This record gives sequence, structure tokens and C-alpha cells, in this order.
Amino acid sequence: MSTLLGFDWIGVVDFLPQLGVGMLFTLLISVVGLVIGFVLGAIFGLARLSRFTLVNWIATAYIEVVRGTPLLVQAIWLFFALPLIIQYTLPSVLAGIIVIGINSGAYIAEIVRGAVQSIDKGQMEAGRSLGMSHHVTMRKVIWPQAFKRMIPPLGNQFIISIKDTSLLSVILVPELLFQARTIASNQFNAVEIYTAVAVCYLAITLTLSGVLRLTEKRLELRA
Amino acid sequence: MIIDIKDLHKSFGTNEVLTSIDLSVEDGEVVCVIGPSGSGKSTLLRCMNRLEEITSGEVVVDGHRLTDPKLRIDTMRAEIGMVFQQFNLFPHKTVIENIMLAPQMVRRLGTEKARERGRALLRKVGLSDKELEYPSRLSGGQQQRVAIARALAMEPKIMLFDEPTSALDPELVGEVLAVMKDLALEGMTMVVVTHEMGFAREVGDRLIFMDEGRLVEQGNPGDVFDNPQETRTQAFLDKIL
Repeated sequence: MSTLLGFDWIGVVDFLPQLGVGMLFTLLISVVGLVIGFVLGAIFGLARLSRFTLVNWIATAYIEVVRGTPLLVQAIWLFFALPLIIQYTLPSVLAGIIVIGINSGAYIAEIVRGAVQSIDKGQMEAGRSLGMSHHVTMRKVIWPQAFKRMIPPLGNQFIISIKDTSLLSVILVPELLFQARTIASNQFNAVEIYTAVAVCYLAITLTLSGVLRLTEKRLELRA
Repeated sequence: MIIDIKDLHKSFGTNEVLTSIDLSVEDGEVVCVIGPSGSGKSTLLRCMNRLEEITSGEVVVDGHRLTDPKLRIDTMRAEIGMVFQQFNLFPHKTVIENIMLAPQMVRRLGTEKARERGRALLRKVGLSDKELEYPSRLSGGQQQRVAIARALAMEPKIMLFDEPTSALDPELVGEVLAVMKDLALEGMTMVVVTHEMGFAREVGDRLIFMDEGRLVEQGNPGDVFDNPQETRTQAFLDKIL
């Protein structure tokens, strides 16, 4: 088995520590980036629903610019172009986190907006008619219901963003794919290493899918 | 008089849905509003707690002009309970939590005080055993009774009912009307938009007939039902009775 199809699969074990380091960076950037993305998404998603034209316009501009340009271009711009303007190069991991955060934030903003808008108007009216402010009704009535509806599309976005971190290898973030490329170019074991990398991504995303399914089920039990 | 409406006009865009409404409601009075669909009854009701902004005229509730830009509308609404056709219970909260939320958030009532008040109100509407259920597990009639209890938890001076039984199966209408009748007997000021003519006749102190955005006729329910003065009222009553 160790030489299935003539490749040295067992040999991959030697590189597991290095792939492990890459995986840690992938997870770090995904988690921190998505936390930032969720915060940005909540802020800009609610801003898209604002009555104030300027607030609304800023949120729309953010979403359109980010959605309308490739993540790869955003990463390269931030790491290779921005330094020429501000005379300072961001550490690559930080740049990676920022790119994932800003990028996922735009998509999450649309998820948040859609979920909030999907809540029946009568809910806001009921809250307001009881004397609760717009803000309190939003926080206590609309948001909890909207959040439940966000979970499936959020899970989708999380998985997309996790896979997108692989693009950060071009700005020298030492994540999973970057490590694999380093190994493969020295060891000429592309088949084994890149297969291992695919399995690693799959392990992360399948775990996340499972967690999301459980969360959904738990929330479904309550009404 | 606790509600005083003068020359109220309301338009949605170029479509005028309320035309020159004059109406006052006395403290403790039960006023029922009937009329064909699209006659503006619900809109009129929603102008009384500013769920709809009025186009012109004046709405004074408990001495406060609702159009006053300095008015704190949330404080005002806390005194005006509203019950909706579609109940609008909070589906993510249990029955008791539905009732407790506003007293806690607006009146700053402690959890235990709010719970006590909620339980007392659930007894009143006959749903003590449903305290911990979620709304989706209740029948329409039960949901509407919870919605009434939720509004009462703010101890309002006025209760507005917007077709409270129109979304109910026929056999569930009675239990909701019974709760409303009790409330009327306790002296609550009520404005009820309804299609329940029996309730309007029996419980109402005054009946108002609206058509095409105008207040066409008003008076003692018995008189209006038995001896309508306006041909439009006659025509409407002929169709439904």
C-alpha cells in the first residue's frame, strides 16, 4: 500500500510537522479573519438597512468594491501595492487576516441584511407598539430570529473563506498550501503532498459542516 | 376624553386612505370600528399610536399631540396596547418571556416582578399551563390571548385591537372575544376594528362605520345596526347580516 500507483505515500509522514505548521496558520487566519468578517458584516449589513443615506451609501460602496474585485487581487494589492503608498509593508500573516476579514465581511454583510429583512414586519411593529425603542426591538426581537436564519449561509461563507486562505500563499503567508509548495519544490513529491493538502482542507471543512449542522439542530429545538 | 382626532388626513403617496376624520374616545369607552376592507379602519387605528405617520390634522392621545416632534413616542406607546390580526408574538421566546420582555426593557421591572405579572395575566386569559410553551405550539386563539396578555403587561391606558379575530378559525373566535369582553367590563378604554358584529353590538359603547376613508356614521351600536341613517351603512349591513 505504501507505494500505491508507484508513489511514496508513507513518505508524507516526514513532512507532517511542516504541514501541521501550515494548517495552524490556515486555521489562525481563518478564525481571526472570519471573526473580523462577522463584525464587519454585522456593522455594514445593518448599515445597508439604515435610513441615513450616507451610511447606506458607504456600506453599499464597501460591499460592491469588495465583491467586484478578486480576492487574489485584493491580497496582492494590499501586500505589494499598498506598501509603495504608505512606505510600510504589512507582515504577511497580518495582511492575510485583513484580506480575509474585509473580503468575507462584504459577503456576510449581505447575509446579515437578507436575514434581517426576511423577518416579518409585524415583529418590529409589535416591539415598537409595546414601547420598546427601535434599538431594543432590533436587539431583543429581530436579531435573535435573524441570526438563526443566517447560520446556513454563514456556514457556506465560512467554508468558502477557509478555502480562500490558500490564495494567500502568493503573498507569502506560511499557510498550508504555501508549506506544501515549498516541500514539493524541494522533494519532487507533488502528487503525495498536494493530495495530503487537499485532505487537510477537507478535514477542516467537514468538521465545520458537522459543527454547523449540530448548531442548527440545537437552535431548531427551540421553536 | 382620552383620544381626540381632528381633521385627520392620511395618504400613501397620492392615494388618500383617510379623509378628514374627526373622532374622540372617552376614558373607559369601547368603540368598535366596522366597514368594508380597504375603508381605512386599520390605518386609522395605526394612526392612534403612530405606527402610521399622519399626513395632516391632529391626533391627541391622553393630552399629548402625537405629531409633536418633541414627544417621546416610545413612552407614549407604552401606554397604548396594541393587538394585531396576525398576533405577532415573538417566536423565539416562550409565552412568559413574550409577556415579560417589554416590562423588563421599558418599565425596568425585575425578572421576578415581571414573571409574577406575566403569570397573573396568563391566569386572566386562561393560559396558566402554557407559560413555558413556544408560540408555535399554541392554537391561534391561544396565541392571540397571549398577545393580549403581552399588551396588558405594560398596564396601558388604552387598548387598540386590529381585527383580532380575523385570522382565527371560527371555533377559536369565542375564547378571544370572551377575554376582550372581560377587559371591557373592567373599564378598559378600547378601540376595536372588527368584523364581529355580535361583539360590537353587545360589548361596544359606540359603533363607527367607515367607508372609503371616511367616517360615515357613528352612534349607539344598537341604533346603527337596527336603524342605520346612511345608505352606505345600510348597504354594508345588508351584505353582512
